[in-house]
Amino acid sequence: MVHGSSTAELADTLATSGAARKRSFWRALLASPSGLIGLFVVALLVFCAIAAPVIAPYDPLRMAAGPRLDPPSMGYIMGTDDFGRDVFSRILYGARLTLQIGVIAVGISLTCGLLLGLVAGYSSGWTERVLMRLVDVLFSFTEIVIALACLAIFGVGLTNAMIAIGIASIPFYARVTHSVVLVEKGKPYFEAAIAAGASHVRLIFIHLLPNVVPTLIVIGTLGVSTAVLAAAGLSFLGLGAQPPQPEWGFMLSSSRDLISRAPWMMIFPGLAIAVTVLGFNLLGDGIREALDPRQRQR
Amino acid sequence: MTPEMTQAPLLSVRDLTIAFGKGAFRNLAVQNLSYDLMPGETLAIVGESGSGKSVSSMALLGLLPPRSATIEGGSALFEGKDLLHLPEGEIRGIRGDRITMIFQEPMTSLTPVLRIGLQLTEALVEHKDMSKAQAEARAKEMLELVGLDDPERRLKQFPHELSGGMRQRVMIAMAMAADPAILIADEPTTALDVTVQAQILDLMRDLKHRFGTSIILITHDMGVVAEMADRVVVMNRGRKVEEGPVAEIFSAPREAYTKKLLDAVPRLGAFAAAAAPRTVVAQPKQVSGRLVHTSGMNKTFRESGLFASKSTGTAAMQDVGFDLDAGETLALVGESGSGKSTTGRAVLRLLELDSGVIEVDGTDMRKLGTNAMRKARREMQMIFQDPFASLNPRISAGRLVAEPMVIHGLSSGKEMEDRVEQLFLRVGLESDHIRRYPHEFSGGQRQRLSIARALSVNPKLIVADEPTSALDVSVQAQVLDLMLELQQSLGLAYLFISHDMAVVEEMAHRVAVMRRGRIVEIGPRQAVLNDPRHPYTRALLAAVPVPDPGRTRGALPVIDAATLPMGALAEVAPQHQVAQ
Repeated sequence: MVHGSSTAELADTLATSGAARKRSFWRALLASPSGLIGLFVVALLVFCAIAAPVIAPYDPLRMAAGPRLDPPSMGYIMGTDDFGRDVFSRILYGARLTLQIGVIAVGISLTCGLLLGLVAGYSSGWTERVLMRLVDVLFSFTEIVIALACLAIFGVGLTNAMIAIGIASIPFYARVTHSVVLVEKGKPYFEAAIAAGASHVRLIFIHLLPNVVPTLIVIGTLGVSTAVLAAAGLSFLGLGAQPPQPEWGFMLSSSRDLISRAPWMMIFPGLAIAVTVLGFNLLGDGIREALDPRQRQR
Repeated sequence: MTPEMTQAPLLSVRDLTIAFGKGAFRNLAVQNLSYDLMPGETLAIVGESGSGKSVSSMALLGLLPPRSATIEGGSALFEGKDLLHLPEGEIRGIRGDRITMIFQEPMTSLTPVLRIGLQLTEALVEHKDMSKAQAEARAKEMLELVGLDDPERRLKQFPHELSGGMRQRVMIAMAMAADPAILIADEPTTALDVTVQAQILDLMRDLKHRFGTSIILITHDMGVVAEMADRVVVMNRGRKVEEGPVAEIFSAPREAYTKKLLDAVPRLGAFAAAAAPRTVVAQPKQVSGRLVHTSGMNKTFRESGLFASKSTGTAAMQDVGFDLDAGETLALVGESGSGKSTTGRAVLRLLELDSGVIEVDGTDMRKLGTNAMRKARREMQMIFQDPFASLNPRISAGRLVAEPMVIHGLSSGKEMEDRVEQLFLRVGLESDHIRRYPHEFSGGQRQRLSIARALSVNPKLIVADEPTSALDVSVQAQVLDLMLELQQSLGLAYLFISHDMAVVEEMAHRVAVMRRGRIVEIGPRQAVLNDPRHPYTRALLAAVPVPDPGRTRGALPVIDAATLPMGALAEVAPQHQVAQ
């Protein structure tokens, strides 16, 4: 019974998010100003990442595409850097890296955190205590310290930085999941499911997970901006992206010595990071509003 | 004509209209409501949920949620001022001084981090220009007036150190300390146990006479209305349905809605002459034999953790035992903390007992392993109190009802769809409700959903934990009818947990009264309800408000908690057992 039904149960889960629900979610998201702006910014970022080869006027890695340290002009709208590379093209390609960072880092921390928090919250007793104390220990270190420790083990590089950032925020996601699971477990519908005779699989995948995931989608969206900032920070320190990768944080750091001579080398990557972070934050807020049942019932 | 009728009204509300939301979402919560409140009068505003009874009173004090609610029109004249159009500063001067309010939930309406004394004196210092010492003296006097012992000590306590009834007394002391002209009481006793409710109502009546305060009493409970009110305004869907003196409203209601509302109110004593619940189906299914046998059930909730003390804990159940026959209803009654819900959950093994026997259909439930237990759950289902929280919000109604069948592998595909539709119709829902989600249903409909869900696996036993206490009376009457009808046509046994004696009298074959984790009296309904032998049962029954303004509730028997017999049960009459 338990094994035979699990596929049917999973199908059940998928079917719970009906078409009508999805429609009302999107309507609510687009109705909120922050959701609309956030969605626009994130869509723009995705568009830039995909269409970079088409839009970018130059190869982002090609040196001496123009004169060195040329200020913004019609030919090079964001100017050129100290190697004569086109800053605009580099920023467009940088969007690809940024998206990668967001997806991979958040993917790692979300998956592991969700699993840890869910197991700890559902099991209760010793499993819970041991897992959550472990998380607490990790949580007592700043994320950047954990990320640095990971980089010391894996070695320097953008991919490793993404993984390191992902690992560093696992405790945070585990904690959030754990607390949401505890709240949901305390609600009568969960006991009602036990009383109906539901198996562990059903309790976790049909009753808990769908009620936990919305919160984590919000947290994850907000987490993308944190990850982007953290990656920019690591690259700025020289531990993330390596030359000549067009990563925004790395571009910032290499403009350090040229602030007064070529401010555009710093302004545009800085703006790109700021707008991206703002976009994901707004989108996260918008999703939170749209998923709030009080908003939905209107 | 009473002398008040000739006086000028103290408060005069005219054409009050309040809307929630804007544009396409605009929703009229109150429409053209008008009434007068005379000096020294208690005016009850009654109605079911969504009638606008609370909203209209909140508006008087400028307490509507800002941004979402707007007062679209009307006036409320009080001492020459229109309360609805006063600047915030001026309304604040009236609120907490000339007009005060007590709320339903005494736990949340006191600030948990401040001492009682500070909360009591705050308004006095603010509005009455009293010195701190004066205010404290007044606070002490008020605490004594509301019947709290040792006021000196109470002033230094925090809200969590007091029981619900004591907190509501403090709230009343706060509200009355300023000697207000009007006291607005929003469901003041709804969250309290029935014996405490009776005391609080007595207190409010006493204070009203002493201070001459006018009271606006907002309630859904017709029993409370009959006891307290001079005049009644009946509201439905934001409109005033009817208004009149309390005796007239109860004896000769003019409007159909008022009649319906009064008819739906369960009255203790209405079924006193019957030995069993009324028969509602032509041919009841005949079932017999013992279904549930429990004995010696004990459960103590202990704190867990490294530093928790091992010895003490809260004893939720002590030596609880009863039998339940197939097709029979045993009602577990008691006040909050009596262990009745714990007992219900223990029978379904939703919590583990410390010791005791639970046999369902001859099988010892406590000896079953996880898988066997899961299978056994098919025979026994549960209906929960809160119809809003007990249905998973992310699962459609149809799937919720089908879930127990899926779990127990009873049917699938088209056959299951048909069965679900059949169940929906069976409990009075419609087949196009199947695709909806729980939040799209009303409270009563949700409880029907819960019942359909419980029925889907053809159980023999249903544990119903306060199944109607969150519902409006008219909806409650329908749900109780449905439960009776299902019991008789399907031969179900109910373990019916309730605090409402009138509902219990309507539903039960046998009644068990619980207090502090023990059964103090158990027996056939007529024995327990008509001839109660335990002092606690007598006190419970005496405290029930009578929904008839012509009859007054007798004086509350004084029960001394220390001397109540709480020992083992002994038979006083056939099947009628009382704690010694």
